[in-house]
Amino acid sequence: MLDILAQTAPDEMLKGLSAIGAGIGYGAAAIGPGIGIGIVVGNAITAMARQPEAAGMVRTTMFLGIAFTEALALIGFVVFILLKFA
Amino acid sequence: MINLLALDFPPIGHLVEWEGLLFKGTAFEVNKVVILMWAGVLIVGGLFWAAGRKAKTGNLVPVGVQHIAESGIEFVRKDIILQTMGKEGLGWAPFLTTMFFFIFVTNLFEVIPGIQFPVNARMALPIFLAVVVWFIYNIVGIKHQGVGGYLKSVVMPPGVPKGILPLVALIEFISTFVVRPFSLAVRLFANMLAGHLLLVTFAVLSAALFTKTLLAVILPLPFIMLILLTGFEILVAGLQAFIFTILTAVYIGGAMHPEH
Repeated sequence: MLDILAQTAPDEMLKGLSAIGAGIGYGAAAIGPGIGIGIVVGNAITAMARQPEAAGMVRTTMFLGIAFTEALALIGFVVFILLKFA
Repeated sequence: MINLLALDFPPIGHLVEWEGLLFKGTAFEVNKVVILMWAGVLIVGGLFWAAGRKAKTGNLVPVGVQHIAESGIEFVRKDIILQTMGKEGLGWAPFLTTMFFFIFVTNLFEVIPGIQFPVNARMALPIFLAVVVWFIYNIVGIKHQGVGGYLKSVVMPPGVPKGILPLVALIEFISTFVVRPFSLAVRLFANMLAGHLLLVTFAVLSAALFTKTLLAVILPLPFIMLILLTGFEILVAGLQAFIFTILTAVYIGGAMHPEH
């Protein structure tokens, strides 16, 4: 294994490693926001089902919560783009 | 299958960077993105100008452009301002309506055939809008509460125990003055870029499968995905415009009335 690694040019090695890092990094960054958005939307649905007359207010707040939660996943996506292509 | 794997996906530079058309090589280079941005300004301005002219002639029943403009204004007033800022925020309706329509139209260029590029997939426009919002909510906060009062309401949320106040103050300060505009811009930018890349991926796949070989059998799969995703991107364009506008409203409202 080490022999093979030693034979690769440092440039290719760097490219490969940054591609691996980009993939794993984005995957990891998507876990938390995925769970978070699930919790936000799930609770919003519960609230809307309990009180349909408050649905409009709940929906607005839900989108706000999603927007804040989603930011982390999107920063992960930007890091992925930077690692893979920049 | 080998044919599929050898698919050459265009490098990302080709997907988001466009050649300059006018004033090449200067800081004022005009390319497709800039022209689309101007088109967005003209479309939004033209829409409201035409609607306003129609409304002046005494059309009580709104039809056509007047209907679009009136339902847009109604939406911003009812679903964005009254939900987040209350009645005092209604003075911000013109600004927020313009912002909503401008972002929506520039996002919508993503799915219009022949154009197919969302202006907000370049960082320039989102970061500019976010900086404008940053200045506005800070100025509104200082105007309503004074410099000291505004800073105090930002760094000292009510009901925090004294022991961890320094830590909370530092976090709140950074999150209000540094992270907010950054996350506002990145949210819009990354969503539109991701959508653009997604559409490109399935379009390239469909084009590569459009052959006389046996592989053409699976052509419907990426093509149906492409159609579905186009619909999804229209939804995302509206949703991102809505989220940008509502967050702006929340920030301005928060600067107007500190939490008690």
